[in-house]
Amino acid sequence: MKKIYLYARFQRFWHWTQFLIISVLLLTGLEVHGLYNLMGYENAFRIHNLSGWGLLGLIFIAFFWYITTGDFRQYLTEGNLVEKIWMQVRYYMIGIFKHEPHPFKKNEISRLNPLQRITYLMLTLVGLPSQIIFGFIYFYFNELVALGMNPAWMEPIALIHTLLAYLLIAFVIMHVYMTTTGHTLTSNIRAMITGWEEVDE
Amino acid sequence: MKKLLLSGILLFGLVFPISTPLSAEPFHRKVDSLLISTTDHKKFKVLKQDFKSGPEVTKACLTCHTEASKQLHRTRHWTWDVPMKKGERLGKKNVVNNFCISVEGNEPRCTSCHIGYDWKDKNFNFRSEENVDCLACHDMTGTYKKLPAGAGHPAYQATVFEKKTFPKVDLAFVAQRVGHPDRHNCGICHFEGGGADAVKHGDLDNSLLKPDRELDVHMAIGKKELNMTCADCHKTEGHQVPGSRYTPEAHDTHGFDYPLTDNNPATCSSCHGLKPHKKLKKLNDHVARVACQTCHIPFIAKERPTKMWWDWSKAGKFDKNGKEITKKDSSGCILYVSKKGEFRWAKNVAPEYSWFNGEMNYTTFKTTINDKKVVSVNHPDGAANDPLSRIWPFKVHRGKQPYDPVLKRFVKPIVYGPKGSGAYWADFNWDKSIRKGMKNAGLEYSGKYAFVETEMYWPISHMVSPKEKSLSCKECHSRSGRLQNLSGFYLMGRDTNPFVEYFGLLAISGSLIGVIIHSIIRYFTVKKLKKAGGL
Repeated sequence: MKKIYLYARFQRFWHWTQFLIISVLLLTGLEVHGLYNLMGYENAFRIHNLSGWGLLGLIFIAFFWYITTGDFRQYLTEGNLVEKIWMQVRYYMIGIFKHEPHPFKKNEISRLNPLQRITYLMLTLVGLPSQIIFGFIYFYFNELVALGMNPAWMEPIALIHTLLAYLLIAFVIMHVYMTTTGHTLTSNIRAMITGWEEVDE
Repeated sequence: MKKLLLSGILLFGLVFPISTPLSAEPFHRKVDSLLISTTDHKKFKVLKQDFKSGPEVTKACLTCHTEASKQLHRTRHWTWDVPMKKGERLGKKNVVNNFCISVEGNEPRCTSCHIGYDWKDKNFNFRSEENVDCLACHDMTGTYKKLPAGAGHPAYQATVFEKKTFPKVDLAFVAQRVGHPDRHNCGICHFEGGGADAVKHGDLDNSLLKPDRELDVHMAIGKKELNMTCADCHKTEGHQVPGSRYTPEAHDTHGFDYPLTDNNPATCSSCHGLKPHKKLKKLNDHVARVACQTCHIPFIAKERPTKMWWDWSKAGKFDKNGKEITKKDSSGCILYVSKKGEFRWAKNVAPEYSWFNGEMNYTTFKTTINDKKVVSVNHPDGAANDPLSRIWPFKVHRGKQPYDPVLKRFVKPIVYGPKGSGAYWADFNWDKSIRKGMKNAGLEYSGKYAFVETEMYWPISHMVSPKEKSLSCKECHSRSGRLQNLSGFYLMGRDTNPFVEYFGLLAISGSLIGVIIHSIIRYFTVKKLKKAGGL
């Protein structure tokens, strides 16, 4: 058993701020969508819009950090990606029940397994940006229509934004559960708070 | 931590800006009485006569205001006739309505709201200058009242009509005290349209004579209130009053009328501009598709009940002694009268909403109607995909009225007249009153009549509430809000797509169930392994 420093201070700040903003966005977004009545439509609407700007800003800062520090390499993979992902999936489907060791060891140079790498890369490069873009198209709908956008696009844009939100909730559920699959049930979450993680030697 | 707290407070301040109440500056500044007019009408000799009739007063007025009657001859107030682009003729004289049905044939009663004298029948001379009634609009004393059935004349002798006394009017007294029309001048007809207070419009009634700001934020009377009158928005030049229901402007794209005006100073945007929301700028996104009135007039008939239903088919019932019946509810609203049938009223009622591009489709007495369903006497034109249309509030007056089931057209009964004339209110015989009315109008009548259900749309523009009382988002942006019947567009908070909702539910519940099953299996396999000593 040893302790390694996996998450830099900025990464932890980024992760938890993003968690906070996305939670607020989901909470307020679903209220605006009419699923429940929590803080009132007006407040939900305003907080949702502000949080949208917040998330956009945070993502820009994160991109800047990852590019300048070179840490983005943590999300890239080499070799046969399909085979590597399959090893990881096989572990979650079968190996974990047999208490097999993790197929990929964590260390300072490689803190993410191939499945995490591809998932987080897609989330950060495709999922969240499209959600933000559709959100902002909706936010600036009048202005875009004035510039020539077809007003009939309102419905599909709103529906895609809603669908992506639902998928994001599904992701969060699985993501949180996956944190329990570390060395101990809470070792992954502890690491995301303190930066240090206990791993098998 | 301190920083976090500080930014939290900052964020809170951004989300809930501290609001400062706006105190209304009175719209009309107080001025010295001398500065109001260069003329004191009390000093004119020509007005110090013993006037015998209204036209005599008008003649006196015309000695100075030589072109006044000619100006008025060009107004809808005078002609009651509005030629439309498509060739149909609207205006009070021509349209069908589902209150008293038609002016023609009932002139002496209806023309008590005409700005003229003597319109008794279809032979009225529309070119007469002396028959223009100056005093109806310019009386500042409040003592000038037209008789309900006097063809536009006031009471030259003390008169009793339907148990109401009309004292002899002092024409010289009134003629010497004239001024710019005030709310009571307009109100005497527009507040009492349909024959009595609050009957017709829903957003215009006598409560607007002395409203508080909850009732009408513009017209409110009192300290620091705006105290605006009708003509402050319906800014009139050369007697041409803008803001007609026949040619409404559903979407003012011009905005502020100062310094450059468009042809309609009565729209909200004429004063408030096209981006009226200064604090919550995002609200301005509504302006293109939602009329100001929709959110800012959440309720109509706020103080006095307005008529919502008039069923003529129930008219003509009498009590055991053969006497006419009058039934009233506890608040004094008439529910039944033998002459007119059954009524329903509503107070403080939410309007109905419809897309409207400013064109009203009217059913005229010449239109073939579909009697299988409710007939729209008029219907706002517009649709979600029409960029000129906006969502407007309407009072919809419904009822049943006579029609010709063979020719499938509306009929014009004569309702007002003396006994033996065939008028329905005197003789209670539909066939006779319709036959006579149609003959008088030169229209065809098959000889058969029946009753058909109708609806009539009255666009709402008055009784604007203070901004705190305007509709909240949720009134429309919710599953069963005020706009639940409007279709053809996506409305946030109201609309969902079943595919998106079910797919989302499936994704969320699927991952939850997957996670639960996975953790259960993990729990038991690890327990088993431990038992077996594998761990």
